Amino acid sequence: MDAIAQGFALVFNLQTMLVIAGASLFGLFVGAVPGLTATMATALLVPVTFFMPPIPAVAAIVTATAMAIFSGDIPGCLLRMPGTPASAAYTDESYAMTRKGQAELALGAGLVFSAIGGLFGTAVLIVSAPVLAEFALKFSSFEYFWLVLLGLTCAIVITAERPLKGFVSLLIGLAISSIGLGNPAGFPRFTFGSTELTGGIGLIPMMIGMFAISEIIRYAVDTSPPLKIVDQPIHNVFKGMGGLAVKYWRQILRGSALGTLIGALPGAGADIAAWMSYAISKKMSKEPEKFGTGHVEGIIESGSANNSALAGAWIPALVFGIPGDSITAIVIGVLYMKNMNPGPTLFTQNPQNIYAVYILFILANIIMIPLGWWCIKVAKQILRVPRNVLMPVILLFCIVGSFAINNTAFDITVMLIAGVVAYVMEENGFPVAPAILGVVLGTMLEENFVTSMIKAEGSFLAFFGRPVAATLGVLTLAAWFLPPVIRRLRRTAGA
Amino acid sequence: MKINDAIFGVLFAVLGAVVLYHVQAFPKIPGQQYGPGLFPGVIAFGFLVCGIVLIVSGVRQRGEPWFALGDWMGMPRLVLALLAVVGGVVFYILLAERLGFLVVAPVVLLVWFRVFGVRWMTAVVTALVTSLVIWYVFYKLLRVPLPWGVLTPWAF
Repeated sequence: MDAIAQGFALVFNLQTMLVIAGASLFGLFVGAVPGLTATMATALLVPVTFFMPPIPAVAAIVTATAMAIFSGDIPGCLLRMPGTPASAAYTDESYAMTRKGQAELALGAGLVFSAIGGLFGTAVLIVSAPVLAEFALKFSSFEYFWLVLLGLTCAIVITAERPLKGFVSLLIGLAISSIGLGNPAGFPRFTFGSTELTGGIGLIPMMIGMFAISEIIRYAVDTSPPLKIVDQPIHNVFKGMGGLAVKYWRQILRGSALGTLIGALPGAGADIAAWMSYAISKKMSKEPEKFGTGHVEGIIESGSANNSALAGAWIPALVFGIPGDSITAIVIGVLYMKNMNPGPTLFTQNPQNIYAVYILFILANIIMIPLGWWCIKVAKQILRVPRNVLMPVILLFCIVGSFAINNTAFDITVMLIAGVVAYVMEENGFPVAPAILGVVLGTMLEENFVTSMIKAEGSFLAFFGRPVAATLGVLTLAAWFLPPVIRRLRRTAGA
Repeated sequence: MKINDAIFGVLFAVLGAVVLYHVQAFPKIPGQQYGPGLFPGVIAFGFLVCGIVLIVSGVRQRGEPWFALGDWMGMPRLVLALLAVVGGVVFYILLAERLGFLVVAPVVLLVWFRVFGVRWMTAVVTALVTSLVIWYVFYKLLRVPLPWGVLTPWAF
């Protein structure tokens, strides 16, 4: 009980509250401006949170991302342009509602059910994380090796249209993680005699490059015509929400549950959760013919899914140090910098920090309602902010932010290269998420493999010697080999 | 910017082969079978195999061009924007130390604003104000040692 009280004290103090207020406004703004994503918001926050104590730093990220995923719905509704990729799944739907004169309803549903989805994901996080952590306390390097491998496999299977390209992306990430001294043997690999490279490639400048610089490049070469804001008076967005919640309670529950699960799976986050939820909503609906014509059902389900995914992604991140999405990949980097190393011991040694994280999630999803309502009110002003002024400002901020972590110009170079590489990759169908996961988890994979091998004196069978390790191992191998086998069987059955 | 899979394939296959060759020189750890060369070696092998598969699939996709630049290639303004973004960052990396943040930052900002079509008046004012705000936040509040460069005699 004492730890819970300490958790409250960590959150409800002036500094953390100010950070939450600032981060909320920042998140709402970044989410609402097309071309700026929630992950980018996180990457841009890191250089600033770098100078804060752990809990305010985490608070900034939790609130900013929750707000950004909601406010991404706003330009989707008013401009037919998603504010963040997580809203892309139902942008056409909500725009169709706007054209029918139901912008109020679409925005209200986005806001209310985002908050509900977020709270659902938080509840699952609170219930499942400690249980998993207790279980994970018994894990040895064998279990961790399989867990990391399973996570990496997941990232490829769910994110890539073509698994081969996802796999290549993962290899790129793993290769980057192998640069420098950070390996079990402590041997400088691929440093080419450079002192900067012996420390490895900095995670934060790389993330800033991949999520912010690549977006700026995309903006620079964007050929689509300027967007027109739909001018429609928006009065009471909360009207009729109670009725919708009663009518569509199944959809809300299903969307939130699926969102949390997708979020918790490594590599896939809010955007994939929204796409999958929207598809399922249409499939299971009693009136699937209405989808696409401005029907609120899909917005409710996928709108709650993308916000619940945010909290879900924190489950593996906190318990195992395996990121559930790109945002938590950055979060893990932040936690390490703050000496709040993720893992089961985080739950036993410093439980007040974990309670503070829970409280932050609940708080963020509650204050989302009034702040989101206000954001919808001023949406037209936000959408009028000229992006040609905004983008250069962000670019300079990225430069200074990358520099600020280690005070070296080398990190700015890393940022630039990462940005260009991420842009080229995405243009050619190589998903970025597996690469990120590879960078974050590469060292962990290698360390656990080598440790296990030393313990087992070189016997591969030891990887299946403990029951949990064996189960995880079989699961991993199944994830590798089953999909191609099933595909082949289907093809033969079809022929 | 669309690049044919086969070109990516060649790139990755060559990378894989070079790394595979390179890791052979890594030291072995006495009494241990798995030295620092193993992990990069496996990755490199993966690159090699994936590269070959990409080459095969890229060559099979007949009708796909080897290299297709985006629509922006035909629009000089956008090409210039792209060059300015990348060039501006490079300019900052090379000269910030020598000239100082407060000289380089407004210059690159002004260039970016102009290529994105911001009017002169707005561009100049915003470039100066933004540079000062970012300088104040990072240098004064967060104590990041942004370089002074030629302004060192007046540093405070």
